[in-house]
Amino acid sequence: MTIVWVIAAVMLSAAALITMFRLLAGPSTLDRLVALDTLVAVTMCSIGTWAAFSLDTTVTYGLTALALISFVGSVSVARFRVPDTDKSRAARRLR
Amino acid sequence: MNASDIVAAVLVLGGSTLALTAAIGVVRFPDTLTRMHAATKPQVLGLLLVLAGAAIRLRGNVDVGMIILTGLFTLITAPVVANRVGQLAYREQNIRDDLLTRDEMHEFAESGETGGNGPN
Repeated sequence: MTIVWVIAAVMLSAAALITMFRLLAGPSTLDRLVALDTLVAVTMCSIGTWAAFSLDTTVTYGLTALALISFVGSVSVARFRVPDTDKSRAARRLR
Repeated sequence: MNASDIVAAVLVLGGSTLALTAAIGVVRFPDTLTRMHAATKPQVLGLLLVLAGAAIRLRGNVDVGMIILTGLFTLITAPVVANRVGQLAYREQNIRDDLLTRDEMHEFAESGETGGNGPN
């Protein structure tokens, strides 16, 4: 039975790693916002997997907190961020 | 190990697979709208599957309420974030027009209506 949890953990780790690539590469702030959202959701998946594996319920409050904080953070960034300038737009075309 | 444990394990495995496909989509897709599509739909379904598996494993515990609450928050907030990001990406033309089969926001703009929720 343990192999199932190990497979789930490996898949979630791989998901977090390749999401971090998009988070670093951009190219626009909206792409980074989407990647950050995905990263938080992968973290929540990992916490849920840990709770299911270990039958430890103390982490479930962190799960709820992450859900709320990620929503507030994403909406704030989408609302108040500075739009990309033409300079970064030119750099994006070179990519 | 009984039947409910196996069901929970299958749910968690399916949720992890969906999370992985969402991450691959975020990295591989060409523009912001398609990345947002990959990040929103499989991601939320994967999270709900993992939470369902955890709730089955932790059944009978008081803290299952927090897990259900988390699933509800995710279902409510994910469309809001997707709407904001999609609208911003469209407004800044951060999309590839050749990948769109139909542009309904453009039809709105031509008919003089504002297709969005007002100014930003």
